[in-house]
Amino acid sequence: MLKISIDKLDALFEAISASQTLYIPADREDGSAEYKKYESGMKLSNALNTVRSAKDFFFPQTENLVDFKMEGKNIEVIDIREESEDFVIFGVRACDARSFTILDKVFLSEPVDSFYKNRRDHGTVVTMACTRPAETCFCGTFGIDAAAPEGDAACYSDGESIFFEAHNDKGQKFIDSISSLLEEGDTAKLDAVRDKTREILKKLPLAGISTESFGGDKLMEHFNSEKWAELSESCLGCGTCTFVCPTCQCYDIKDFNTGHGIKRFRCWDSCMYSDFTKMAHGNPRLTQLERFRQRFMHKLVYFPSNNNGEFGCVGCGRCLSKCPISMNIVKVMKALEVK
Amino acid sequence: MQEAMINRAKQLLADGTVDRVIGWKRGEFAYDITPAVFRSAEELDADFVFDDFTSANVSKYLVKESKKEGKILAFLKPCDTYSFNQLTKEHRVVRENVYIIGIPGGPKLDAEKIKAKGITGILGVKNENYTLKIETVYGEETMPYYEAVLDKCASCKSKKHVVFDELIGDDGEVLESNRFEMVEKLENMTAQERFDFWRDQLSKCIRCNACRNVCPACTCEKCVFDNPNSGVENKAPADSFEENMFHIIRAFHVAGRCTDCGECSRVCPQNIPLHLLNRKFIKDINSLYGEYQAGEDTTSRAPLNDYKQDDCEASIVHERGVE
Repeated sequence: MLKISIDKLDALFEAISASQTLYIPADREDGSAEYKKYESGMKLSNALNTVRSAKDFFFPQTENLVDFKMEGKNIEVIDIREESEDFVIFGVRACDARSFTILDKVFLSEPVDSFYKNRRDHGTVVTMACTRPAETCFCGTFGIDAAAPEGDAACYSDGESIFFEAHNDKGQKFIDSISSLLEEGDTAKLDAVRDKTREILKKLPLAGISTESFGGDKLMEHFNSEKWAELSESCLGCGTCTFVCPTCQCYDIKDFNTGHGIKRFRCWDSCMYSDFTKMAHGNPRLTQLERFRQRFMHKLVYFPSNNNGEFGCVGCGRCLSKCPISMNIVKVMKALEVK
Repeated sequence: MQEAMINRAKQLLADGTVDRVIGWKRGEFAYDITPAVFRSAEELDADFVFDDFTSANVSKYLVKESKKEGKILAFLKPCDTYSFNQLTKEHRVVRENVYIIGIPGGPKLDAEKIKAKGITGILGVKNENYTLKIETVYGEETMPYYEAVLDKCASCKSKKHVVFDELIGDDGEVLESNRFEMVEKLENMTAQERFDFWRDQLSKCIRCNACRNVCPACTCEKCVFDNPNSGVENKAPADSFEENMFHIIRAFHVAGRCTDCGECSRVCPQNIPLHLLNRKFIKDINSLYGEYQAGEDTTSRAPLNDYKQDDCEASIVHERGVE
C-alpha cells in the first residue's frame, strides 16, 4: 500500500492545498478540535473527533438559497447558486464518513438538493481510521468499522506512516495527485495496529448496544412508550445534540426583507426547539416530551422505515459528550430496549 | 454523603413531608450525570448519585416543579441556593412547595478537562486524596484533582447556603474569590484586543441555546429569540455579527440578576467563557452601585431596579472612557 512518513505530513498538506482548499482537524487552545482551512504550519489534531461534525462541509448551518427583487408588480427571481470549488476534507472518521451516506439519502433523492449536491460533487472525503476509540463510541452498533472507514479514500496510521487506499475514482484521483510524495510500504505493522483497534472496539463499554429492538416496524410500541416522560423530564430543550450531530438534517427556511429585496435563508433547525415545524395552524408538538421523542423516533424508527432499515445514527458519541444534562440516544435505546 | 442524602430523602418521603426528590441520576459512565426527579425509595436506591461530577444546578427545574401539586425535596449546593433565592425574589418558584436540604458544594470535576489531557476511553474515576485515578480502556491514568476542576468551581464565590430548611454537612463562608481576575485582564486590554478576544470566542457559537436554557436567570415564558412575532427570532445567525449580539443582549438581560452560578460556561459545547460577560456586569455593578450579590437575599432591591439620588449617571460611560 502507498504510504507517507508521518513527519512528512506538512509536505503532504502543502501539496494538497496548492491545488485545492484543504480542511483538516486542528487543535484548539482548550484541547478540543475543529476542522480548519489548512494554512502552512498547521498540525493535524490527534483528537478522536471534532466538536462539530464534518457534515458542515456539505450541509452548512446557514446559507442563502435565492434572492428576490421587487419592482412595482414584478418579482425578479435571482439564482445565487455558484459552482463550488474543489476541496478536500482530510482526517474524517468512520462515523462521520457514514453520516454522508445518510445525508445523501435525504438530499440526493428526488427532488435533489442542488446546493448539497454541488458541494458533494466538489468535495473529496479522505478518511482516517481510528486507533484510539473513546468510551462514548458505538459506531459498531450501526455496522461501522472504525478501523476501516468509508470515504473516497481512506488513510490508516501505524504510528510511523500513513497509508492510503482509494475507494472510488475520486479517491484514486486524489492519491494520484500526491503520488510523487508516496512510496510503497509494508503493511505488517499496520495490520497489527488495525487488529488491536478492533480488539479495543469490542471491549468498549457501549459495544453491546443493539438496534434489534428498533426499526421501521416498531412504530407504535415505541411511540406510545410511557418511558418518554421520564427520559425527557430534564431535557433543557437546547439544540446541542442536534447541532453537533453528524446526521441531523432538519432545516428551516425563512424569507428576510433586507429593505432592498428578499433573501431566502436556510438554517439548521432543531426538533428540540419550541418552534420546530411551526406551521400556519400552529405547532404539532406542543411539549418537550413530544419534541424529544421526535428526535429519537426519527433516528431509530422513521428513518429506517423510509430507508430500507438504515438507522439515522452513526454512534459518533458527540451527543453523549456534549448534552448539558447527559441525556442521549444510548440512554434512550437502553430504556426502550425490548428484553 | 450520598448515603446520608438517600436516607434522609427516604425519611422525608415516608413521613409525607415531600412526595418527590430532585437530585442527580447515575449514567453510563463515571461522569454523565442527569438531573432527575425521584418518586420512591426504590428509585433513590437504584440511581441517586452525589459525587464529584454532580455539578448541575437543579434550581431552575424548580420553576416548574414547585408549581406542581405536593412538595419536592431539593438538594442544593451553596451556589445553587443563590439561584434558588433569586428565583424566589423574582416570584418564579413557589418557596412553600420546596423542602431544601443544603449540601456541601464542590469543587466538582469537568470530564472535558480530563479528556483534554488525552485521557480517553474512561471507564472509572476515583478520587484518592485529590489525585484522580482514572481507569481507561488503555490502562490506568492519574492526574491532580485540581487540574480537572470545573471553571465555575475554580473561582467559587461562596460555601455558604443562603437558603435551606436543613443542612447535611456544615455550612461555609462567603469566600474571597479570584473571579474577577480575567475580567480585569480584559479591561486592561485595548479596545481592539478586547474586541478581537470576544469575536474569536463568540464566533465559535453554534446557537444551540444551551447557555440560555440552563440559565436560572433566563426564565421568560417565551424568549424574544424564540418568538416569531418579535422580529429578531432566529435559529442561526444570519450574519457573522449576530451571534455576538445574542450573547451581549442576553448578558444585559440577566445583569443584576445573574448570581454567577457558572452554568452557562459549563454547558457550552464550544467552551466559550460566557460567564465573563456576566462577571463584567457584576463587577461594574459592585463598583458603580456598591457591593451587591444577586441571590444573597430575597427582599433587597436590586441596584438596577432601584433609584437612588447618588446613582451614577449615563455619562459614566464617557467619564470612564473606552480606551
